[in-house]
Amino acid sequence: MSELNKLGLAEARDLLRKGEVTSVELTEACLKAIDEADALNAFVHKTPEIALDRARAADERIRAGDAPSMCGLPIGIKDLFCTKGVPSQAASRILEGFRPEYESTVTQQLQDAGAVMLGKLNMDEFAMGSSNETSVYGNAVSPWRRGNDDTPLTPGGSSGGSAAAVAADLCLAATGTDTGGSIRQPAAFTGIVGIKPTYGRCSRWGIVAFASSLDQAGPMTKSVRDAAIMLQAMSGPDDKDSTSAEIPVPDFEAMLTGDIRGKRIGIPREYRMDGMPDEIETLWQQGAEMLRDAGAEIVDISLPHTKYALPAYYVIAPAEASSNLARYDGVRYGHRAKLAKGDGITEMYEKTRAEGFGHEVQRRVMIGTYVLSAGFYDAYYNRARKVRTLIKRDFETAFADGIDAILTPATPSSAFGLGEMAEEDPVKMYLNDVFTVTVNLAGLPGISVPAGLDAQGLPLGLQLIGRPWEEGDLLNTAYALEQAAGFAAKPAKWW
Amino acid sequence: MSIDENTAAKVAKLARIKVEGDALPALAAEFSAILDFIEQLEEVDVEGVEPMTSVTPMRLKRRKDVVTDGNMQDKILSNAPDAREGFFAVPKVVE
Repeated sequence: MSELNKLGLAEARDLLRKGEVTSVELTEACLKAIDEADALNAFVHKTPEIALDRARAADERIRAGDAPSMCGLPIGIKDLFCTKGVPSQAASRILEGFRPEYESTVTQQLQDAGAVMLGKLNMDEFAMGSSNETSVYGNAVSPWRRGNDDTPLTPGGSSGGSAAAVAADLCLAATGTDTGGSIRQPAAFTGIVGIKPTYGRCSRWGIVAFASSLDQAGPMTKSVRDAAIMLQAMSGPDDKDSTSAEIPVPDFEAMLTGDIRGKRIGIPREYRMDGMPDEIETLWQQGAEMLRDAGAEIVDISLPHTKYALPAYYVIAPAEASSNLARYDGVRYGHRAKLAKGDGITEMYEKTRAEGFGHEVQRRVMIGTYVLSAGFYDAYYNRARKVRTLIKRDFETAFADGIDAILTPATPSSAFGLGEMAEEDPVKMYLNDVFTVTVNLAGLPGISVPAGLDAQGLPLGLQLIGRPWEEGDLLNTAYALEQAAGFAAKPAKWW
Repeated sequence: MSIDENTAAKVAKLARIKVEGDALPALAAEFSAILDFIEQLEEVDVEGVEPMTSVTPMRLKRRKDVVTDGNMQDKILSNAPDAREGFFAVPKVVE
């Protein structure tokens, strides 16, 4: 069988169980694809020995009739996840050389489910960015191009390496994390599926923290079915994360019936932004029509505080980041600056953090410090938390009115060129998250589904937002949308 | 709101990030642009609204106050830039 790396999780699982392919064969196909794809800069730490060891063990288990849900399936892991003995540096210089002595709960669960880790994936530094341009490893590059134009494009961010790797078939699926859109925006930019579950569904333990009240892990996959399979393996309560929910995880895959008759889908009028490209508007309408044709009822709704989500996010996320990133002090792990004669501990902190953090991370830590500082805490931080309450209330009102899911565009544009935003005001880059950030602020599940191509031949995604803890229902609606949209485009291989 | 260079320098100091003097004007300008964006929040009527403390209505989990882990000094120190005699080492902090 040729090109096993192009399989999705469900297809590969079925072939493994029928004995038509081995995990070692799948893994070797992915390792070969990874080695040929250095131009994408997606895998930044390759772990072929670990991968082949786990693949051989998986083949044993399958032969013994003891195959858990992801047994033998090769995947990539975002660099934000701590993986025992393997570099885990959140794409930051400040964690250079860091090799955790422990494994994050989510990657441990994936390993327990039999998944095979191929290596660590590129990302924006500390997950702060929307283009994977803030990484210490350099840019991840999208496998997609604008027709014959060879301008390198962003795979999106912060989970840019994960998106590029899945879209380019370097792995069957990958983990991502999403604080303001970092799974859904790159998924939309690269024509793959990405789901951010309800806050508390996946343990955050062992994932390098950015903004703890917003961060969630989730899968990035080639289909909605694959997302259901992988989310299932990643989810569940964990004593090591006090915010992980003691709520049973249903069988998400079994909930994919494609039947959405009678579901009420909300179309929020505030997501119709000035200057939004016609193509996105059209795609959004087409998406609503597809769901209507599948038997859902389309309802216009209002989420009146949408406009204030991004400014609230750019107070809350930097505030939490400034606190979380205080731990990088050059003492316990990672980089420490060379000190001059007479330098004391304060100089050590200041020089270490200036050398170790990149520009965007420094900027956000300082903004967070400012909004939390004496005299500004109420005006900025407390006000933003009150606005967050109102944003969540908007969604609660819609759901109380009988809305089952909300359909929006995933991003305000298709992928842009690497470097194209370099001269722009940082706020311009932040606008990438305009449709996704509300979901993090409200703690809801959101999924990006590839739905079409723009005139340049680049993927566009639609986002569905669900009720809390109802990822199964959300995945089913996404499955109906996926089937109706029939997105099958793949990037032409140039790398 | 416009942030001046002195404020930018003060914030950098609070955040324990060394910023050279010649980088301060650009940094102050970036802060000002971001704060202008954030100030849209002033338009929102938040009278009587509680600031969010937990996005899901859950009580934080509790467990028995007992030791569940430990005795791994070598693992704790294995990533330290400077560890000596079983401790983290830092520049002298007391004269």
